[in-house]
Amino acid sequence: MSAVTNEWPLWEVFVRPKAGLDHKHCGSLHAPDAKMAVQLAREVYTRRQEGTSVWVVKSSDITASDPGDKGMLFDPMEDKVYRHPTFYELPESVNHM
Amino acid sequence: MVPPSSLRSRHPEGAPHRPGDPSGAGTSSIALQLTPPVQYVLRIADTCLIHAQRLAEWCGHGPVLEEDIALTNMALDLLGQARSLLSHAGRLEGQGHDEDQLAFLRDERDFFNLTLVEQPMRRSSAHAPGGDFADTVLRNFLLAAWLKTLWTRLAASSDDDLAAIAGKAVKEARYHQQHAGDWVLRLGDGTEESAARLRAALDRAWPYTHEMFRRDAVDAAAEAAGLGPGRDVLREAWLAEVAAVLAAAKLARPADTPFLSTGTLGRHSEHMGFILAEMQSLQRQYPGGRW
Repeated sequence: MSAVTNEWPLWEVFVRPKAGLDHKHCGSLHAPDAKMAVQLAREVYTRRQEGTSVWVVKSSDITASDPGDKGMLFDPMEDKVYRHPTFYELPESVNHM
Repeated sequence: MVPPSSLRSRHPEGAPHRPGDPSGAGTSSIALQLTPPVQYVLRIADTCLIHAQRLAEWCGHGPVLEEDIALTNMALDLLGQARSLLSHAGRLEGQGHDEDQLAFLRDERDFFNLTLVEQPMRRSSAHAPGGDFADTVLRNFLLAAWLKTLWTRLAASSDDDLAAIAGKAVKEARYHQQHAGDWVLRLGDGTEESAARLRAALDRAWPYTHEMFRRDAVDAAAEAAGLGPGRDVLREAWLAEVAAVLAAAKLARPADTPFLSTGTLGRHSEHMGFILAEMQSLQRQYPGGRW
């Protein structure tokens, strides 16, 4: 049996700044349920016209990599520069690469 | 409190406000030239203004950070509506009064808000014993539903400015109603204590809703001029929406009572003077102060 708690669950908030762009993680908040989380996310994160759409996800539903595994997971990529397409000569006409 | 000398020097103590005084605003109350259209607009403007002032009492005191921000956002929406309407009332009045003068230099008898919005809604706010978060939630809901119904009809006003203000405000009121309605649902159909508190808040608020639909000569004049609806017209749509949420929240609708509050006539409850004292003190101590 879980202990009764007065804490509302934590939600992660993702906001789409404008049409065509991706939803971006912008913070978290406490809310009693998903519907109220959307409303409160609107209040807390979009009151200066930052967004056109909001997603909320229960923080406990996110599975994250273990910070202790950082070395094992990410360091091996350090010396593999050949995975970056930086050795190609780009023609002048190709901009913004 | 003694104002800094730089502020005091422009306005010697006790100097009355002289119309057309080039030094700007004075500290004494303005004389309102009241006509039915001016009173019609002021009723809505003052209801928004005083409700905003009451909601602002929660700033920094909300039950949780997120709801604190939500309440303040709503107060700011309402303040924005009040500002537009006060400016418009000033234009209709034709005496050159701006929104600040109308908000801060009117006496209690010249305010025409619904009496409901004056009532205490936060337990520990100054001079306001007895309030509760349930009062806030419920009043927000009752008023948002009323204002939404009103804005919807005002969007078709023969007065273009009023129609434009209403067209913008109706979106805000829709959201306020949804947010407050969700809270009514949660508290009413929540724990025993939350339900008991919301029932008590409903019993406190309900008698004041009579005034929301009491038609008088000002309403009749507004209707005849195409300015906006009489208040009686709003009742059916309002009641349908309110009754649906109360039923979902498992709350019985209180019986209607003959009690009729009179804020829209300028006769207010004992709480109004304290609200105005707090709201107006700065502008009256530092006349024309801007920042």
